Amino acid sequence: MSEKQQYAPGTHPSLPPPANTVGVIGWVRSNLLSSPSNVILTILTVYFLYVIIPPTIHWLFLDAVFTSSSRAECREIEAAAGMDRGACWGFVTKRFGQFVYGYYPDPERWRADLAFFVLLASLIPLLWDKTPKRRQCLYATLAAPFVIYWLLTGGFGLEPIATDKFGGFLLTMVIGVTGIFFSLPLGILLALGRQSNMPVLRIICVTFIEFIRGVPLITLLFVASTMLSYFLPPGTNFDLLLRVLIMVTLFSAAYIAEVVRGGLQAIPKGQQEAADAMGLKYWQSMRLIILPQALKISIPGIVNTFIGLYKDTTLVIVIGLFDLLGVARGTLSDTNWQALSTEVYIFVAIFFFISCMSMARYSLYLEKKLHTGH
Amino acid sequence: METTKQPPLFYRLWNDKETRSTIIQIVTIALLFSFIFYLARNAVVNLEAIGKGYSFRFLSDPASYDINQTLIEYNSRDSHLRATIVGLLNTALVAITGIILATILGFVFGVLRLSKNWLINRVVYVYIEYMRNVPLLLHILLVHGVVVNTLPKVRQAISIQDSIFLTNRGFYTPKPLFEPAFWAVVIAFVIGIVFIIWFKRYAKRVQDQTGKIYPVFWIGVGAVIGVPIIVFFLAGSPLEWDIPALKGFNFKGGMVLRPEYLALWLALSLYTAAFIAEIVRAGIQAISHGQTEAAYALGIRPNRTMQLVVIPQALRVIIPPLSSQYLNLTKNSSLAIAIGYMDIVATIGGISLNQTGREMECMTIVLAIYLTFSLSISAFMNWYNKRIKLVER
Repeated sequence: MSEKQQYAPGTHPSLPPPANTVGVIGWVRSNLLSSPSNVILTILTVYFLYVIIPPTIHWLFLDAVFTSSSRAECREIEAAAGMDRGACWGFVTKRFGQFVYGYYPDPERWRADLAFFVLLASLIPLLWDKTPKRRQCLYATLAAPFVIYWLLTGGFGLEPIATDKFGGFLLTMVIGVTGIFFSLPLGILLALGRQSNMPVLRIICVTFIEFIRGVPLITLLFVASTMLSYFLPPGTNFDLLLRVLIMVTLFSAAYIAEVVRGGLQAIPKGQQEAADAMGLKYWQSMRLIILPQALKISIPGIVNTFIGLYKDTTLVIVIGLFDLLGVARGTLSDTNWQALSTEVYIFVAIFFFISCMSMARYSLYLEKKLHTGH
Repeated sequence: METTKQPPLFYRLWNDKETRSTIIQIVTIALLFSFIFYLARNAVVNLEAIGKGYSFRFLSDPASYDINQTLIEYNSRDSHLRATIVGLLNTALVAITGIILATILGFVFGVLRLSKNWLINRVVYVYIEYMRNVPLLLHILLVHGVVVNTLPKVRQAISIQDSIFLTNRGFYTPKPLFEPAFWAVVIAFVIGIVFIIWFKRYAKRVQDQTGKIYPVFWIGVGAVIGVPIIVFFLAGSPLEWDIPALKGFNFKGGMVLRPEYLALWLALSLYTAAFIAEIVRAGIQAISHGQTEAAYALGIRPNRTMQLVVIPQALRVIIPPLSSQYLNLTKNSSLAIAIGYMDIVATIGGISLNQTGREMECMTIVLAIYLTFSLSISAFMNWYNKRIKLVER
C-alpha cells in the first residue's frame, strides 16, 4: 500500500486536463456536442451534407466527362463506361477561345493577352507595397490604361477592332476594370461635394447620388442603349460599349460616394479644425489629413462596391453585349451543347466565385495591414 | 510717401472665402443649366427630326401582348397603362414575398453563423460566401434552369392531396373564393390589430406603475389570429376553394405561380438572405457581452434580457443596412427580364417600349416608379433612424 504523497498547500503540480476535454474528443465535445440542441443540429447537418455532397461530387467529377465534342458524345462515353449521368465539361475546352475573347478576331488575340499582362504588371506596384522603386512604377501604372486601350481597340499601326467584337472574359475585365478605375476618384469627388459647405454643390451631388441609387442598374443600361442618343447632337452615334462604361462608372461612383461619406463622417471634427489652424487650404487638408484617414476606414465598403460592380458586369447581356455569362449562354444555343445549362452556369459561377473571393481576401489583408488602432 | 500696391481685384475676391464660394457656385449653376439646356435642345431637335413628340397618349392604346402571370384581370386587348399596372403588381409581388423569405432565412442563417456548433457554422459560412461572390443574374438563371429542368411535366405533376400541383409549368394551388360574409373576418382581424396596439401601451403603463407584466405576445396572437378564426367559423366558413384540375394539356382553375416567378423569388431571397445574415451577425456581435451580464446581474431572466436589452440594441445596428438590402432586393427584381418574368421593366420598359417606340416616355415611367419607391422608403428610414438614434451628449 503506497503512501499518498503529501504536498504543502500550493505546491501540488498541475494535473493533466481530463482526457475528454483535450484532443479530438475534447474538440468534438465542445464544438459539436456541447448541448442537446447542438447534438440535434450536428446530426441534422451531417445528414444534410451526406445527402448533398456525395451526389454532387459524383456529378461534378466522378461521373463527369471532361473531353468530348458534343453533348451526345458525352452521353455515349457515359453509356460505354457504364457510368451514371454526370456533368459534361467538353464545352469548356472546345469553346475556350470564345469564353476568353468573345468575337475578338483570331490573329489579333495576342493583343488581348498582352493587354492583360500590362494590366497585371501595372497592378503589382498598386497592390504590393514592397515593389522596388514603387513611386516610379506607379507613374507607369498611370500610363497603363492608355496602353491597354490602344492595344485593344487598335489604331497607330495596329489594325482597328470595333468594340462590338469584345466579349467573354475580355469584356468582363474591360467593364470591371474601367468601372473600378474611374468610379473611385469620381466617387470621392461626389462624397466631398456632398459634405461641402457650398449649398449648390451639395444639392447637385445629393440629387445625383440619390437618383442613381434609387434606380436599378438595368434601367440605367436601358437608358444608355435606347434613350441616350436622343440627347446627343443629331448625327452623332457613339459606341454602345462606351455608353455602358459611362453608366456603370456613374452607377458605382454613386455607391462609392456613400461609402466614402461614411468614412468622412467618422473623422472627428478636430482633425479638420487642426488642419485649418495649421493654415492648410481645403485641398491640402483633404489630401493630407482627411482623405487618408477616411479612405482607410472605408476600404471594406469600397472593395464591396467594387465586387458588386464586377458582378454587375453580367447585366450587360440584357442590352446585347456578350460578357462571360453572355458567351456562356450562347453556348446553350449551339446544337452540340444544348440543355447543359447547369454545367455552363456552374462554370461561370466558379470563375466569378474565385475572382470575387480573391478581391474580398485582398481587402481583408489591406484592412489588417492598415489597422493602426489598439 | 509709402504706397501699398493693391493686388488685382479678381485676386482679392478669390482670396476671400465667402466670395470665392459664391463665384464657384454661380459658375457651377451656369455650367449645369447650359448643359441641361444643351441636352434638352438636342432632344427636341432629334425628336422633331423623326416626327415623334413627347406624349403619354400611347398609354391608352391596346397593348396587344400577353402576360402569363397576372394578379389582376388582364388580356392583350387591355391598354399599355393596364399592362404597366400588371407589371408593377408583379414587381410588388416578387419584392414583398422575397423580402419576407429573405428576412426569415437571413435571421436564421445569421444566428446559425454565431452558433457554437462548428459544423453548422462552417456550412452556413460556405453558403454565405458562395451566394455573395457569384452574380445574382447567374443565381437566377441557375435556379430557373433547375426549376424548369427538374420539375416534372404536367402529366406527371407532383401533387399534394390532389389540390396542390408542382410542375415545370408552375405551381398550382387552390384559389380562395371569398363570400360576402368574409368581410366579418377581415373586420375582426383589423379590430384585433387595433386592440393589440392599444393593449401593448396599456400593459406598458401598468408595468411602469405596478410592475405587473402581462403576457402581451400570447394575448396578441389570440387577438390577431384566434378571434378572426372564431369569427370565421361563426359566420359559417364563408370561403370556398377553386381547386385546379388537369384539363387537356394543362391545369385549369386555381391559382398559379409560374416557374419564372418561383425561380426569381427563390434566387432573390437566397441571395439577399446571405447579405442579411451577415448584417444580423454583425448586429448581434456589436452588442457587448457586458450588456447581457449586467442584465443578469440585475436579476432579469434570459428571455427578458434578450427581449429588453440585446434585441433593441442590436436592431438599432441592424435596421439601417437591412432596409437598404430590402431596397436592393426590390431593385434587383428588375433582373426578371432575363428569364421572362413580366415585371415593370419587362412590361412598360420592354415590350411596350419596343412596340410603341416611345423610349423616352417608357423609361421616364420606369425610372419615376423606382425613384418614388426608393426615395419614399429612404425618407421613412431616415425618419425612423432619427427616432431610434442614441441620444448622446
